[in-house]
Amino acid sequence: MINKSLKQLAQALAAKQISSVELSTLFLDRIERLNPTLNAFVTVDREKSLKMALAADARIAAGTAGPLTGIPIAQKDIFCAEGWTTTCGSKMLANFVSPYDATVIRKMHNEAGLVSLGKTNMDEFAMGSSNETSFFGPVRNPWDTSRVPGGSSGGSAAAVAARLAPAATGTDTGGSIRQPAALCNLTGLKPTYGVVSRYGMIAFASSLDQGGPMAASAEDCALLLNTMVGFDERDSTSLDRPVEDYTRDLEKPLNGLRIGLPKEFFGEGCDAEVMAAVRAAIAEYEKLGATTVEVSLPNSHLSVPAYYVIAPAEASSNLSRFDGARYGYRAPEYDNLEQMYEKSRAQGFGSEVKRRIMIGAYVLSHGYYDAYYLQAQRIRRLIADDFVEAFKSCDVIMGPTSPSTAFKLGEKAADPVQMYLSDIYTIAVNLAGLPGMSIPCGFVGGLPVGLQLIGNYFAEGQLLNVAHRYQQATDWHQRRASGAE
Amino acid sequence: MSLTLEQVKRIAHLARIEISDDEALTTQGHLNGIFQLIEEMQAVDTRGVEPMAHAQDVSQRLRDDAVTEGDRRAAYLAVAPDTEAGLYLVPKVIE
Repeated sequence: MINKSLKQLAQALAAKQISSVELSTLFLDRIERLNPTLNAFVTVDREKSLKMALAADARIAAGTAGPLTGIPIAQKDIFCAEGWTTTCGSKMLANFVSPYDATVIRKMHNEAGLVSLGKTNMDEFAMGSSNETSFFGPVRNPWDTSRVPGGSSGGSAAAVAARLAPAATGTDTGGSIRQPAALCNLTGLKPTYGVVSRYGMIAFASSLDQGGPMAASAEDCALLLNTMVGFDERDSTSLDRPVEDYTRDLEKPLNGLRIGLPKEFFGEGCDAEVMAAVRAAIAEYEKLGATTVEVSLPNSHLSVPAYYVIAPAEASSNLSRFDGARYGYRAPEYDNLEQMYEKSRAQGFGSEVKRRIMIGAYVLSHGYYDAYYLQAQRIRRLIADDFVEAFKSCDVIMGPTSPSTAFKLGEKAADPVQMYLSDIYTIAVNLAGLPGMSIPCGFVGGLPVGLQLIGNYFAEGQLLNVAHRYQQATDWHQRRASGAE
Repeated sequence: MSLTLEQVKRIAHLARIEISDDEALTTQGHLNGIFQLIEEMQAVDTRGVEPMAHAQDVSQRLRDDAVTEGDRRAAYLAVAPDTEAGLYLVPKVIE
């Protein structure tokens, strides 16, 4: 039962082979047994989960269930959920019990009837690529527990890879869904910016943040995405567009699909064996009827520098709300208001978060704004225009998700710049606002490799189709990690 | 570009983050490494390029000037570190 797809779980629930309470209990028991090794969940509340499962069973019995009602999933702890501790991986919010639901939470649980198994660990405020910046300690990769699961959605990735949950949510600002999906052998999708509401999703870099599904297959991701999307007036950047069924095109044949291969993604900087797995996946696509064409993203080398101006600038503004006055951590001792702010923030934030807030404060400060912030925004335009040009000659772009397989815990923790370069292939997609995916495409030394798929704006359905057809022809995505058992 | 220790302390103050001398020194090393990475941008000629603030070029929506949220005052005050008489409590700012 634990390895079943969402579609199979839905069928088992509909056929009354298992109840949502039984199914949820199965996963809650696995969490209880394996989470001490993995540290994938930071909050589990059996009583709350089973109450949701009971309600789902009632809906199934009454015939008012949706396609995924009763299926348990894990929520990244960046989504505010009413009555649940919502920490964002930070000491700042360690005791914050959210008084309201994020739109994603409301849609997935209150409307679609999914059951929450709890909140997953993450890099503090989603700032990290290894899950090591979490106040609640690092998450371990179920494929090798001496290695990182990637980040920032590392808890969600480890939870699904070890089958502590059938699927999970993540958020992606510079690669935080795709990179951990690659490192844990999952399928992860970052939608077009504006498709999934950001209301109640704790903000890191508002012009880049986007929530999305993480699961075992493209089909599972399509089903989950159907429950997550939609216009939301509470998010000022939410896009008002017609609702789609993302499972609609899954089975479409790939004959004639034009795959763009950016020459910048196939040069130096990527592990040779990772690259070999990516090339083998592309050869498989050619067997499925696709053709390849070389494209160029000439400004892609500027994506990491531009990102580390724009994201910290937005973060320094977003995180100014944590002042110890209205919610979150307050320092125990201070003499005046300014000290209350300075001590609460010094004690409540971890070092990576402080670094990024400080970079942001600097690049936005008087005299530096034009040279850094405005220059980064202009480069962002150049990067986005490169994609527009590339999509004139191809339908989908492919390349590696991450330049290496999962690295050892501690390996890059001391050097922020090395850590930042883990996201060298994913960041440009966020800057342009495009949809991107990572799908399993092989193993190097027993560790998973991810293939990145980048689509044009609103091409989620097509990306899922391209991923699904590959998953029908290969079985990489069905391999299961046993490192935590 | 290289940040001095004094600049690091000033940035920390701008960000309202208390920083010790030891922390300032470590932070100086890290920030300078990061700015070295960022510096690559400076050589790019971007004259005439419109800055891109957002992934989708859409304008902000307008809505009717009407109350849409209910009164959640008690729920929001309940998560505050310190309150009194329905207000957030902070150190005295006016003598």
